[in-house]
Amino acid sequence: MSAPVLELDGLYAGYGETEILHDIHLRVDEGEIVVIVGPNGAGKSTAMKAVFGLLNITRGAVRLAGTEITGTPPEKVVGKGVAYVPQTANIFATLSVEENLEMGAYVSSENPAPRIEEIYQLFPPLREKRRQPAGSLSGGQRQMVAMGKALMLHPKILLLDEPTAGLSPKYRGEIFHIVRDINAAGSTILMVEQNAKQALGIAHRGYVLVDGQNRHEGTGQGLIADEEVARMFLGAGGHG
Amino acid sequence: MMEFLNFYLFPGILLGCIYALGAIGISLTFGILRFSNFAHGDTMVLGVYITLSFVWLTDLHPLVVMPLAMALTAFAMLGMDRAFFKPFRKSPPIMSVIASFGLMLMIRSAVQFFWGTQIQAMVKGIQPPLQWLQPLMLREKQLYILGGTVILMVAMHLLLTRTKIGKAMRAVSDNPDLAALTGINTERVVQATWILGASLAVAAGVFLALDTQVETNMGFKMLLPMFAAAILGGIGKPYGAVLGGMVIGIVEEVSAYPWIGTTPLLNPGYKAGVAFAIMVLMLIWRPQGLLRGRQF
Repeated sequence: MSAPVLELDGLYAGYGETEILHDIHLRVDEGEIVVIVGPNGAGKSTAMKAVFGLLNITRGAVRLAGTEITGTPPEKVVGKGVAYVPQTANIFATLSVEENLEMGAYVSSENPAPRIEEIYQLFPPLREKRRQPAGSLSGGQRQMVAMGKALMLHPKILLLDEPTAGLSPKYRGEIFHIVRDINAAGSTILMVEQNAKQALGIAHRGYVLVDGQNRHEGTGQGLIADEEVARMFLGAGGHG
Repeated sequence: MMEFLNFYLFPGILLGCIYALGAIGISLTFGILRFSNFAHGDTMVLGVYITLSFVWLTDLHPLVVMPLAMALTAFAMLGMDRAFFKPFRKSPPIMSVIASFGLMLMIRSAVQFFWGTQIQAMVKGIQPPLQWLQPLMLREKQLYILGGTVILMVAMHLLLTRTKIGKAMRAVSDNPDLAALTGINTERVVQATWILGASLAVAAGVFLALDTQVETNMGFKMLLPMFAAAILGGIGKPYGAVLGGMVIGIVEEVSAYPWIGTTPLLNPGYKAGVAFAIMVLMLIWRPQGLLRGRQF
């Protein structure tokens, strides 16, 4: 079997002196949707930021298609085929929708126009708003801009940090739908989600993190069926 | 009416052009590097003296040699950025502010050391107002200032909206963290910011020198109105800086018009206070500026 697209191998990491992740193991294979769930403060988003060189890694390794990228600064990670959509402030609000997409292709010297056309086909509402400042769009459409921008360079893997946070249930479903479409179109996805049940529903595999450590892992359906997991996050529904 | 146009409104517009060009650099530096650059006025002075030297050497019109002086000053600014600002890139902004203060004093002292402190003229002789524009009193050099400002503004607009580096500058100004996550090369953007800001500052300085004279503290005198213009327009917004510069230039001149009775409404000696008053009022009532810039 070929090397996983992304692998976190025994990762210890944190902000400055504060260690948040203790010995995290995580693997994403080509073509998968992998979801990380867990209670607040479990280190879900932190694990994602570690991939992007945004925090101090004290031990362990991050590998991209078998090549170690531990501690590579974010602007270089982009060039290696990783795209990251942060949870908040994930668009350039004062730039137009089209300019946001162009910025997504900043590291490439090719003409972005054909790819922008493909992104409009994936997210039709963006086409008619192409000249508007991205900040003037609705929450769901902003999320489309953020994802479209991240997809501009055909990343090997797309990291999504709580893409449905703060969205109404209607939009939430739409976003999960889009995530599945993006995946079907060939992108590998690692996603952190609070809406655990829905997210695991579309995931090939999932990880449960608690207190910065691996607690469970399994297939999406398997985790939904797991009693302890269900008791921990799935019972209450909605956010939490 | 003609008196108002010739002695109040036109000088106000000219001054406004000069403030606007100068304020763009201050606003861009604040938006992208996130600190108030007090050395901006003296960057302008450096450019003016480089232009003056080229005029002495070649005997050409200052506007002909100005592009070369803009390029040289921008180049010098990149060197100064490397030496004095880059080490503080990840430090709190106050470090860069203090560094800019030091740089301001260093540039001015260097200029005084090499070129002396006496007042100089950019172009010799007195220019009469143009005959064909009578009764409007405009001099040829003033038309150059207006035209030059328009050309530079259009160029800046095209740079910011049509080029990749210009869009990246706006992106970094909008959201620096996301810009880094997107792979935008922040250092390149910073360099472009210095080049654009310094070039426009040199143009502002040369225009001011054409309209008045060359002196080593002209940059310091410009600092307050330029900051006031940047704040008025909305800090971090280059178009706001243009608007703010025009407003402050015009208000400064027009406030001396005898609106009531026969004496000036405001003694021209208090002109500089006008910019200060506008800045203070703006910070109290609308700190985000006319065009919704960043708040202090």
